[in-house]
Amino acid sequence: MRRPVAVRVVGPTQWIFIPALITIAATIVLATPVELFGFSLPEPVIPMVLAFAWPLIRPSIIAPVVLMALGLFLDIFWYGPLGVWALSLLGIYAVVLGSRAFLIGQETAVLFVWYAACCGVAFLLAYLIVGLKAGNAPSILSLLGQVFPTLLLFPFADRMIERFEDGDVRFR
Amino acid sequence: MAFRDGPFENIKVPLVWTAAVAAGACILGAVLLIVSDGRAQASPYQPARAGVETVAGPVGGVFAAPVRWFGHVSDYVGGYFFAVSENRRLKRELAELEPWRDQAIALKNINARYETMLGLQPQPDVPMKTARSVSDSRGPFSNARLLDIGVGQGVKIGNPVINEHGLVGRVVGTSGNVSRMLLLTDVASRTPVLVDRTDARAILTGDGSGNPRLEFVRGVGSVQPGDRILTSGDGGGFPRGVPIGVAAKGIDGSWRVKLFSDRGAIDYVKILLFEDFGQLVGGNDLNAPPLAGLATLPEATEAQAAAIRDAQARRDAAAAAQRAAQRAAQPAPAPAPQTPTQPRPAQPRPAQPRPTAAPPPAQPAAPAPGGTE
Repeated sequence: MRRPVAVRVVGPTQWIFIPALITIAATIVLATPVELFGFSLPEPVIPMVLAFAWPLIRPSIIAPVVLMALGLFLDIFWYGPLGVWALSLLGIYAVVLGSRAFLIGQETAVLFVWYAACCGVAFLLAYLIVGLKAGNAPSILSLLGQVFPTLLLFPFADRMIERFEDGDVRFR
Repeated sequence: MAFRDGPFENIKVPLVWTAAVAAGACILGAVLLIVSDGRAQASPYQPARAGVETVAGPVGGVFAAPVRWFGHVSDYVGGYFFAVSENRRLKRELAELEPWRDQAIALKNINARYETMLGLQPQPDVPMKTARSVSDSRGPFSNARLLDIGVGQGVKIGNPVINEHGLVGRVVGTSGNVSRMLLLTDVASRTPVLVDRTDARAILTGDGSGNPRLEFVRGVGSVQPGDRILTSGDGGGFPRGVPIGVAAKGIDGSWRVKLFSDRGAIDYVKILLFEDFGQLVGGNDLNAPPLAGLATLPEATEAQAAAIRDAQARRDAAAAAQRAAQRAAQPAPAPAPQTPTQPRPAQPRPAQPRPTAAPPPAQPAAPAPGGTE
């Protein structure tokens, strides 16, 4: 007699909604106007972690919709042009989703290279859109000041992928 | 017949494709939003922005409160330990500023009389509201802050915002109790400015960095490093003369402005309830003919006259003291031919004075002992 296999179901609440709420909370906290020794708090684009990790965890219809909501939240909360971060995050999602077959199971170093490349493409897209809409090129130094802390968030993306990639045996 | 019992029972759509379709639809929606939004007051999404800011403002205030309290505690402790040196510095500054205060009073009075004589329309006083910054965005694509007062306190879109050092930005969005302030450093910020030394006009353009660019500078060589940059008031968006910063050459060769507002934290700010001078001054006043005030020149009040006399007396006293100091500091006059014959009262005469020397007529007759033949 075969023993029944215990199926552990990880629903969208665990890997989509809770991380999304955490990124919103972290974004609001990092927007606190505080200066320490003349330096302000960093302002990374935290949802880029989700845009990179979600398509690798599993394809979903909910994920791009939530990503768009997160992007719109960033646009409104930071007073940017509406749709810029939504498009950039969805661009990352689409690229990683298309490369999913290649990226699944790759080493952490390879994933980081892909994460950095995706972040670069997303920031380039945002730079071009904002520059065109404002008729004025944003400062490159200021751009690097946001890209660097965003790259430092890769361990969170890696941790999410490790935690949820095999969390549901139905998707193995 | 249920749907699952029909001919589509065995159709299985790959998850990747459904996710790709959803992502494509969302990308299309994002593109449409980018095309249709303008971050302007007339944007159709302004109510959505106002709604989010209404919620985000109090939440940001909760996080900003501990920071503010900690800042107050550190200021209190620092003030306790550095009270003596601070007191000395303030006394020194007070002594330096007192003559300037007197001159400012006198010049203000004289300027007011000139304005009256020429029939100029002076800038009216602008009411202000104090606000607190509760949230901050600092990236390359947006530099804005949420303030904790809004329409309920009389704030309107376009109001300039200053802190104790100079201009900070302007209000670009309002809701009930929260306002959105666009900083001078934002990539979409444009501010008409003038160079204080040459009166040359320019446009201050933010680019997301800490030092916005000076563009469209009128005139050749009209800007030098260290020139003060003020608002020009052109276009009526800002009052004229609000300090902004000093000009400096950027590493890219362009003229940039070091903002005065960066000298301190932008936590408490003042919102100038200023829209346009055309709204603050009556139309009849603006249309008054020049020199109309000649017939109604008021006499100076006793306090104004006393202030002028006092300032003049101080200036005269300071000038006399300066002249006296210069005379005292001047070296002895060039030696004349008969100079060697002048006696030195404090020193004894040598035993053999020079025979060719003639005693000066005005010298007292007190020859040194044995000094005459």
